[in-house]
Amino acid sequence: MEDILLLNSIERYLEGQMLPDERSFFEELRRNQPEIDQMVVEHKLFLHQMHAYADKRNFKEQLHNIHTTLAETGEVKSSDHAYGFTGKVIELWHRYKRVTAIAASIACITAIFISALAMYFSPAVDPSQLERLGRDIEQIKKNQQFTNRAINDVITSSKVPKGAMLKSGGTAFLIDGKGYLVTNAHVLTGSGAIVVDNQGNEYNSRILSVDRKLDLAVLKIDDHDFKAIKVLPYAVRRSQPDLGEELFTLGYPRDEIVYNMGYLSAKTGYQGDTASCQLSLTANPGNSGAPVFNRNGEIVGIISTKQTQAEGVVFALKSNNIFKMIDSLKTIDTTFKNIVLPLNSSLKKMDRVSQVKKAENCVFLVKAYN
Amino acid sequence: MKSDTNEQLLLKGLAHNDSKAAETIYKDNFNMVLAFVLNNNGSYEEAKDIFQETMITLYEKAKTDSFVLTCQIKTYVYSVSRRLWLKRLQQIGKTASGIENYEETVIVDDDLDLQERKNEEFRIMDRALNSLGEPCKTLLEAYYIQKKGMSEIATLFGYTNADNAKNQKYKCLMRLKKLFFTQYNIGE
Repeated sequence: MEDILLLNSIERYLEGQMLPDERSFFEELRRNQPEIDQMVVEHKLFLHQMHAYADKRNFKEQLHNIHTTLAETGEVKSSDHAYGFTGKVIELWHRYKRVTAIAASIACITAIFISALAMYFSPAVDPSQLERLGRDIEQIKKNQQFTNRAINDVITSSKVPKGAMLKSGGTAFLIDGKGYLVTNAHVLTGSGAIVVDNQGNEYNSRILSVDRKLDLAVLKIDDHDFKAIKVLPYAVRRSQPDLGEELFTLGYPRDEIVYNMGYLSAKTGYQGDTASCQLSLTANPGNSGAPVFNRNGEIVGIISTKQTQAEGVVFALKSNNIFKMIDSLKTIDTTFKNIVLPLNSSLKKMDRVSQVKKAENCVFLVKAYN
Repeated sequence: MKSDTNEQLLLKGLAHNDSKAAETIYKDNFNMVLAFVLNNNGSYEEAKDIFQETMITLYEKAKTDSFVLTCQIKTYVYSVSRRLWLKRLQQIGKTASGIENYEETVIVDDDLDLQERKNEEFRIMDRALNSLGEPCKTLLEAYYIQKKGMSEIATLFGYTNADNAKNQKYKCLMRLKKLFFTQYNIGE
């Protein structure tokens, strides 16, 4: 109770509510009793703090009210307006642009890294490293000009339709005596093709099927002049070729049939491609589609590409791909049902000259036109 | 010179709790601070917070006897808000690179230090008051903050007379003082 009375007096004293008599009495008390003096000082500080606190709280409330009023009257931007003004998206963008940039860079780097990995591990063919051995139109034109006079009558009786442009050329070989031929898909860039035998006789042919992925195509000679061959002298081998096997090929890098020989230097093709194998022999544009024989007269592959930076590195599609393609065609189309691939070679134990003599009749020059 | 006198009047009004003056200053400066905060990684609410803290700083500065404002209100408000916002960004760990100066700034470090101390005292009083419990808290708030008279408080709280209310008030006040000074002395 004492304390309360004292506090009451102190507060009244500090707020100037005391009467003059009481005031001088209290001041006397302060002077004589240091504890009371101390209490007065302390309370003064406290009251000062209290007033500052009250002031600030009131002012805060006032600000809050002002904001609400001004936002309502639209004199300051309300939160909806502010977003509308700078745009929510812009605001978000400002806020997260750093994060977005980092995320985008990471995505970018990851994408590049993954595509680099994919490129590194895939055995994809690098086109710049490989040269397809099809003959392009320029060369055919030149050759035609060159042999113009010599085979003038042949040109006039050419089976290429009038007005058609020769597009590309290559080599094809019979896989069935009834007139079925196999060549590379990249040889047939045009819409139709004629084939020419080693005597220069031309025959009309139809493109039956083209498999761009395997790079294989099947042609059928469709001409009265063509006489079916009962038994093909060579065989098409189903099994894999052996490393070091001696090989030879017959093709048309020029209008004349050309013989070449070499050996199997690797069981896989360019960058480990298992569908093809690597040969060591010389091949030139026009050799595409040429059969690769082993010394028993079995076709083990089809010449398709060569490496541009290395001499004598030629890649041939393995012959088992012919089986694969014909087998799958048989399931799709009945017209392929009567194709019988030759499995026995009659060229065994013959000398090379006789082998070539027998085989060359079954190897044709292909001229694709548009 | 006319605008200068205008500004002096506004500040005088602000110091004397003239709500019209506070409103005018608020109206003239809020959008600027809002734009600044929004353009520097902030939200609307954060801008409002920063601006009101700036207003309090200005208010308390205006109330001091030795108060002289050597620049325009706008410049002062921008400077304080800018400093406060940069500090806030630093606290929440956001980088504040590329903050452009829209306006000229003045050095307000001393004012902000003083303000920081005052905010600390405010927090101590706030904590003490809040840990006081009812009815003491409401009673003291009614007397010291809403500045109600003792007899009014007596009727409001249901005391039979003003003296009883006063008695109760002093009891509460003594508890509050105790709470406040424990905190206050630790704070120092």
